[in-house]
Amino acid sequence: MSEHDDSHHGAAASRARRSDRSDEHNRDLTERVARIESLLIQKGLVDKAALDKLVDIYEHDLGPMNGAKVIARAWVDPAYKRRLLENATAAIAELGFGGLQGEHMVVVENTPRVHNVVVCTLCSCYPWPVLGLPPTWYKDAAYRSRVVIDPRSILAEFGTTLEEDVEVRVWDSSAEIRYLVLPQRPENTEHLSEEQLAKLIDRESMIGVRKVRRS
Amino acid sequence: MNGIHDLGGLMGFGPVDAEKNEPVFHEDWQRRIFALNMASLAFLGPVDRARHAIERMDPLEYLATSYYEHWIAAILTLAKDLGYLTDEEIETGRAGHRKPTPHPAPNAAMIEGLIRGGMPANRDDSRTQPLLEIGAKVRARNLEISGHTRLARYVRGKPGVVTAYHGHHVFPDTVAHDQGEHPQALYTVRFEARELWGENVTRRDCVYIDLWEPYLVPLHEGP
Repeated sequence: MSEHDDSHHGAAASRARRSDRSDEHNRDLTERVARIESLLIQKGLVDKAALDKLVDIYEHDLGPMNGAKVIARAWVDPAYKRRLLENATAAIAELGFGGLQGEHMVVVENTPRVHNVVVCTLCSCYPWPVLGLPPTWYKDAAYRSRVVIDPRSILAEFGTTLEEDVEVRVWDSSAEIRYLVLPQRPENTEHLSEEQLAKLIDRESMIGVRKVRRS
Repeated sequence: MNGIHDLGGLMGFGPVDAEKNEPVFHEDWQRRIFALNMASLAFLGPVDRARHAIERMDPLEYLATSYYEHWIAAILTLAKDLGYLTDEEIETGRAGHRKPTPHPAPNAAMIEGLIRGGMPANRDDSRTQPLLEIGAKVRARNLEISGHTRLARYVRGKPGVVTAYHGHHVFPDTVAHDQGEHPQALYTVRFEARELWGENVTRRDCVYIDLWEPYLVPLHEGP
């Protein structure tokens, strides 16, 4: 596929890729979800305050800023990095992160010879405690179908090009193991503090589709 | 099942459409259906049952709808399957019968405890030993499975190498169908691009995927 740049285009599934829906469609979905919520509350199956708590936690407490702290610590503390690669769940818990969809964590390290990238081809499994909820592109058919068969074309779409002899390892999260990529630390960042380093680390670099850049 | 959700290796879905500075939720109904699904885990059951509800969507609808619309389908399918909601109630929004639940609705503190504590999938004890060693050559079995499975179609029948053992984990193929957890040894298996995608492939890329022991057979070299 990658020889022909335009071969990705003109696909019929573009409707599924867009996160923006028409106003009418959104109104319809809003009403449908409100009916479901009202029914489940009336029946005593869910608790309104619990729903609000859920939204609050996933919208505010959990996100890639947590994973960035883990990666920055690994960059500045070799002993922490060893623990992270040996038992990621325990090392991540040292920084206070863990729980649902992060019960069994594995961290995979990028090196000059190996580049790692994470997917869930069967649904959208993702390490929630350290990255929050996944972005739309991670859940869409385009990424899930192609990254296993042609990872380099996916990386190229994120502006990431690798030498031919770099081994690309794609991690398909088919069980309850959740993967986090430890990106390479950019050169000339020796003067930066752990907090400053964490600001350089974005979600894409911890999924593995992008490298971390200096500033 | 050989469902439309099993997307690995398909072609033609176009470029990845990454939105800059994407918000966690775009619309309020996405917030609500996310929370409803999570809060309903208490009475709708294991996550593999919810995954299978999405797998059973009409394949054309699956492709044409967005992620959180899949979650609407999941909660409605499961609530109907388990007798908590009827089509008429969903249509009108008026609650009719009321089926007792195994537990009271979890409150905010219980939900927070669930999120922070998680739901580990390993079920290890001293009796559980893996049959396969790290470095073992294996073949992913080619199996016809009509129900839920995590044996992705693109690895079936293909040779690979075991690279990690993660303990015994709940077996999705049974737990999704009320047939028990039946914990099985869970491994990561490495497959080379050439083995997965075709003999004309020269890329030295590879895929690591997590597979339970019943999905694998030891591969013996030679006759």
